[in-house]
Amino acid sequence: MAIVVDAGSRVLVQGITGREGTFHTRRMLAAGTKVVAGTSPGKGGRWVEDVPVFDTVAAAVSATGADTSVVFVPARFARDALLEAADAGLGTVVCITEGIPVRDVTEAAAHLERRGVALIGPNCPGIITPGACSAGIMPAEVFATGGVGVVSRSGTLTYEIVYGLTQAGLGQSTCIGMGGDPVHGLGFVECLEMFAADEQTEAVVLVGEIGGDDEERAAEYIRGGFPKPVVAYLAGFSAPPGKRMGHAGAIVSGGSGTAAAKKQALEEAGVPVAASPAEIAGLVREAGDRAWTDRRRPGSGRRATRGTE
Amino acid sequence: MDLLEHQGKALFAAAGLPVPAGRPAGTADEAAAAADELGLPVAVKAQVRTGGRGKAGGIRVCRTRDEVTAAADEILRMSIGGRPVESLLIEQGLAIARESYLAIVLSRHHRGPLLVFAAEGGVDVEQLARTRPQALVTTPVDPLLGLCDYQVRDVVAAASAAAGVADAEATATQLAAAVRGLWRLYEERDATLVEVNPLVVTATGDVVCLDSKVTVDDSALWRQPDLAGLGPAPDERERRAREAGLSYITLDGDIGVIGNGAGLVMSTLDQLAAAGGRAANFCDVGGGASAEAVALALELILSGGGVRALVVNIFGGITRGDRVARGLIQALQATPASAGVPVFVRLEGTAADEGCALLVEAGLANIRLAGGVGELVRLACAAGGGA
Repeated sequence: MAIVVDAGSRVLVQGITGREGTFHTRRMLAAGTKVVAGTSPGKGGRWVEDVPVFDTVAAAVSATGADTSVVFVPARFARDALLEAADAGLGTVVCITEGIPVRDVTEAAAHLERRGVALIGPNCPGIITPGACSAGIMPAEVFATGGVGVVSRSGTLTYEIVYGLTQAGLGQSTCIGMGGDPVHGLGFVECLEMFAADEQTEAVVLVGEIGGDDEERAAEYIRGGFPKPVVAYLAGFSAPPGKRMGHAGAIVSGGSGTAAAKKQALEEAGVPVAASPAEIAGLVREAGDRAWTDRRRPGSGRRATRGTE
Repeated sequence: MDLLEHQGKALFAAAGLPVPAGRPAGTADEAAAAADELGLPVAVKAQVRTGGRGKAGGIRVCRTRDEVTAAADEILRMSIGGRPVESLLIEQGLAIARESYLAIVLSRHHRGPLLVFAAEGGVDVEQLARTRPQALVTTPVDPLLGLCDYQVRDVVAAASAAAGVADAEATATQLAAAVRGLWRLYEERDATLVEVNPLVVTATGDVVCLDSKVTVDDSALWRQPDLAGLGPAPDERERRAREAGLSYITLDGDIGVIGNGAGLVMSTLDQLAAAGGRAANFCDVGGGASAEAVALALELILSGGGVRALVVNIFGGITRGDRVARGLIQALQATPASAGVPVFVRLEGTAADEGCALLVEAGLANIRLAGGVGELVRLACAAGGGA
């Protein structure tokens, strides 16, 4: 089943005639994605590969039945692109664009939330359900179909972690890059909720970094009872306070948002935190084995038996 | 981008927020002249882009001209929280009856702005939030609807409650106007923080913003052209990197680091630190890791001096490992200063084997391939001074 996108998803690319838009449209198609339309104001009627280009999102949706948009529109125009997508009735909007003013993201996110549209990003690598749909810029070739759900705040680090999982024979159900900006759409908690309900997902890998409180909130949610094993990795233990480590959201400010605090919160929720990306596959396997053993022991939940093993 | 107090106060004044009469000063003489103009007593205040300035002795109330000169002289030589004092603000002294705290801050948790008011000012608000949350008014402002009248009334009511008696109507009206003005400023100037600590009520019942802390969203500076030049003088290397689209931060260790992707580089720094090494920098050459980007990264890292080893940690995703390897070889050959520094490379992911083969063929004496990040980090620490 997977979450958010699957083989039936009909993808629209906003900003399809730009360099990035065209390049990644080709890659999405190569990964088996149904890219059904693109938009670029003033360029309606053209084609990119076999994908028709429209002037407006509304026209693209009515002609092709697109339900998921991937936004490559430049930062200055991204707010408008997100609002247009929401008003045209798309269900999911994935915003790849980096460097959008926070006020624009805040306003667009509020509007999308009211319309019931799921936002992923901005400043994110997108979402992929291996073998079915890639809505974004992730390198599909390192992914494999399987039962591990991945949700992450970073890009390349995620590909590396996924590559490690794939090499270890652990395929993925769906992988979501939630983005590196301080304000973003879907977060850890929303993704965990969907992974909990998804039959294909057997375990979840959560990749966090310094700044904000997304990891702490995820820990609190998991502590309330999460039915599947979760393994985490955190980046930024050695980051000096006040320095922004690449992502706009990756900054330790006023002593809050440190990797150590996040690690503690996750471990207290029973989530093992890997010391390096290379350890993750092993921890997933261990956690999976433990969950399987626990399920076979009548009357003893995962949590109850952990301390005695 | 954090603004200095006097820069923030200029924005306050333009937004109709009441600020004390004041003059910026760059020298002790200018400070004395400003005091002459304003009349004694005055406050001599360090202009520095960090908090905790009062506790560090960066603010002095002076009653004579000599005191002003002496305080200015001393404060201008100070460094607070590791940051240099850039200049001074000389402000007219005020008779203060009451202090409170008012701020609008981008809340990641609420995915939007949060209005915060504390009737007790000059306090550590983070601490107050932990110890006595009931002493705070915190109310999320809807990004699409903006600040609502009831939210303004909540702040005025909290101020009156803390004062024990209802404020004079004029004071309440001024406070309400200050809250609205601060919101306008936050919204119109693309701020992520506007903070007044303390917001004071004077002995005559007037509301005045005694301090200002303003942070402007770096991503919005293109539409705030008059603010773009107000930032601190950047680290030269960080500036050049930014212009080339690299993300570069100078750190104080002796192992240079290059990687693709912010998370991957952070992770590399962590693993170096865990093995006892100290990174000289954070450098993300981006997902593409082009030859030009890698070459500039090399140049920036080596120009700092004191680098005893270099680690290159690249994961080939969309970019093929062989292309990255060609870029690296080209960059190393074009940067003679790199010849004396051992370069440890870990290449993984798409076409990594082809990339590694190219690196071996190139026959550069200082390149050494590592099988994984663990080995990369061990080799670098052994070559650097940290292990």
